[in-house]
This record gives sequence, C-alpha cells and structure tokens, in this order.
Amino acid sequence: MSDPPPAAPARDHSSDPAHDQAVRQELQRMTRRSFATGGVAALLGAAGLGWLKSAPPEGGIPWPLRRMLEFNARLAQAVFPEGRRAPTFDPSQAKEPRVNGRLGLAPKIDPRRWRLNLLGPGAAPAVERALPLAAVRELPRHEMVAEFKCVEGWSQVVQWAGARLSDFIARFGRDTPYVGLATPDGEYYVGLDRRAAQHEQTLLAYEMNGRPLTPEHGAPLRLVCAVKYGVKSIKRLGAIQFTDLRPADYWAERGYDWHLDH
Amino acid sequence: MLRLVHKHPRPIRWMHWINVVLLSGMIWSGLLIYWAHDVYGLQIGGVVLFRFFPEWFYGLLGLRARLAEGMAWHFALMWAFALNGFAYVAYTLLSGEWRHLVPNRNSFREAWQVLLHDLHLSRVEPPRRKFNGAQQFAYTGVILMGGGSLLTGLAIYKPVQCAWLTALLGGYPWARFAHFALTLGYVAFFLVHITQVIRAGWNNFRAMVCGYELVADSPAAEVRHV
Repeated sequence: MSDPPPAAPARDHSSDPAHDQAVRQELQRMTRRSFATGGVAALLGAAGLGWLKSAPPEGGIPWPLRRMLEFNARLAQAVFPEGRRAPTFDPSQAKEPRVNGRLGLAPKIDPRRWRLNLLGPGAAPAVERALPLAAVRELPRHEMVAEFKCVEGWSQVVQWAGARLSDFIARFGRDTPYVGLATPDGEYYVGLDRRAAQHEQTLLAYEMNGRPLTPEHGAPLRLVCAVKYGVKSIKRLGAIQFTDLRPADYWAERGYDWHLDH
Repeated sequence: MLRLVHKHPRPIRWMHWINVVLLSGMIWSGLLIYWAHDVYGLQIGGVVLFRFFPEWFYGLLGLRARLAEGMAWHFALMWAFALNGFAYVAYTLLSGEWRHLVPNRNSFREAWQVLLHDLHLSRVEPPRRKFNGAQQFAYTGVILMGGGSLLTGLAIYKPVQCAWLTALLGGYPWARFAHFALTLGYVAFFLVHITQVIRAGWNNFRAMVCGYELVADSPAAEVRHV
C-alpha cells in the first residue's frame, strides 16, 4: 500500500498515543491467536495426511483412498442409468489405436489351436468347456465405432466387430454378478461386473477397423468394453469365468479403481 | 488515530486457506495423472518452444510413473475441493460479501486503471476500498475457473455417462485440454496474486489471517510502520 493521500489533519491525533498503543496490542493479540489456530490446524492437517499416506494399503493404495474409489463407483452406478450407451462415431473417423499393453501377449500361439476356456467356479477352477473361435463367430455379429479411452489420458476412435458378451453369456455362460477374463498364460486378467458384462457395447471382438485382429491388438479374440477405460478391454482372451465373487483385476491390484467406469 | 477495520469474515479466511491446501493437492495429483499423457506444449510452426513439462520438472518433483496414485488422490480430494468451493460461493451470496467481489459496470475501467498503475504506466492511484476493479475481476474470475475445472473435470471423468457435457466441450481431447489450461490459469493467478500480496504488505496479508486491517485515520500515523 502506498502513502495515504495528502490531506490536512482535521485535528491533532498524535495526542492520543495510548489509544493507538491499545489498538496495536489488540491487533497483536488477535494476530497471535489466529496464527496459533492456523498453526494447530496445519499440524492437524499434516498429521491427518501422514496417517492417510501410511494407512495399510489395499490394492496398492492406502485403504482410505481405496474406499473412496469404491464410494465413487457406487455413487456413479446409483446416479447414472444402467445401460447408457457410449457415443458412437462414423467409421471414417476410426484410426489404428496405439499398441499400449503387451501383458499376456508374449507367448507364441497357434490361432487354429486357440480355445476360449470356460472355467468352473472357485479360486482354482477346472476348464468346463473349451470353445473354438467359430463358437463366438456364430453368435450375432455387431459393429461398434466407439472412442477407446486409455486410463493414461489418450483416446482414439476405433471400429470393432464381434459378438456381444451378453449373447455369449446367454448361450454359453451363467448370469452371475461378475465375469472374470484372462489371457491364455494368465499374466493379464480383468474383472467386470454384471452391469458392464451385460452392456450392449461390451463385445468379444474379432475384428478391428474392418480387418481381423492383429496379434498385438489381441488376436484371435479380445474384449472391448466401451463404458470402461481401455485396460478392461483385455486382449487375447484365453479364459472366462462366471462368478459370484469379484474377480481379481491386474491393474486394480496396482492402485487403480477396480471399476474404471467412465 | 489508529483503528481496526474488519476486512475478511472468518468463514472466508478459513475457506481461503483450506482452498490453498486443496487446490495444491488437486494440482499435484493432476500432475501425476498428466505425466502419463503429457502432450501439451507451445509450438509455432514446427518449432517447439516449450513442452509441458520438461523432463527435469518431473524429476525434480518426483512425478513419474505415479498415475494410479494420482487418480486415487484426485478422485478423493475433488469432493473436498468442490464442497469448499460451493461453501464459499454460498457464503458470499448469503452474507452479501458478493457485493464486494462481483464486478460492476465501473469495474472494467477501474481494472484498466489499476493495471496501468501497477505497471507504472499511470500515476492514478487505485481506489481505496475492499477490492478494486482488478481484484473483482480476478477473484470472481478464479471462482468461475473453479466451476470450469469441475465441469471439464466431470467431462473427462465420466465422458460416457456425461457424454453431452464432453461433446459440448468439443469432445474428450478438448475437454482434457481445457481442464489442463484452467490449471495453468490457476498458476498464473497464483503468481500475480502472490506478487500483489507482497506489494500490498503485511497489513493486508494479516487481514486474511486474523480478519482485521489496521487503518490510520490521519496521515500523521503511518500504517506501514505497524
């Protein structure tokens, strides 16, 4: 603040130094008290932050943050209507998405000998059926041009073709609260809740942008789930399990939200 | 003669300082998220002038490979940030404080004068009241930016469920960019704000802590010596 505007004093205020002194003391008292309160609040905040950061981890993050992600997911499922469709685009907008994840894609596989294993219940499930790709191809074919959104922040419009997971479940599976999916080698695995599994934009895709899937994009069969981030769209499916318990999810074990709805 | 003038009501002071912490937390966790897809920068023709952000920046702040952590914090702190912001707006509306904060029809001219004065291009003193026109634009603008961050944030947090909002913002990539640009706006606000607070001095700063400003009613008593 610069100098006060020049003006002739109406009367002589300097004759009241006691008053000014009292005002200063009062302000000093209030200032000290406010800084003390602020200091205590800052210490409490720092202590709370310290506690939060050192809270036992649940899936790679402190448990209160995990609970928060679960709360957010429950709230979103309560607020947003089930089955709301992701926006779709004109096929001319579709482009090749980048190859971002190679988990579970390392072993060489022979597409002719590839099978999709239907697993029984439990933690060490038996293979109940082994389906060839033809079994999926015989289901009604659906095309979808949707924005593939990576949890990292990039996005790409992609055209997919395949069977609806809901049709597959009706034909080969069971209507359970959860579906677990894994690569043939079990290195990568994701879980879906019924809401996502039954969504009409959740496909078992065998084509991308009008051509059969390439190995790096998950040949011969992958999942595409338009209502969730890309990490849920597991490539090179090898096994599928219909289960009452929430399945393990590779990235949810590493700090990410289990749901990843968006 | 000195007297104490009540300047900032207690709720505003609390919400101001709480917001300092929460907005810092949002920006920090936002950087952890941004690192995973750091595509923005300043480019003229084919020449990259500046990249958000250079590698040394990530290294210095330890921001690399912490996307999951960033999302977990961002999606927890967002509630506190939003609630504090809504509480602030509600309080200013109910208490009448908004009258000091919202620009009126004189504010634009006044803000221009303040700008010229602060850049030493004009000797016309800024008006002496709670907030001058430039402050009114800045403090109202930053609240609108807060609303913008919530909206653009929602648009990229739920781009399927809130697809109408995402589309309104020009689609997912543009909504993400707007969310980022607003954050740069906070940083710009912060730099100007800090500069002005330092220029204004201790008496002004103290009022945001204890609520009162020391005012001299006559030129005989110099406020700046307190």
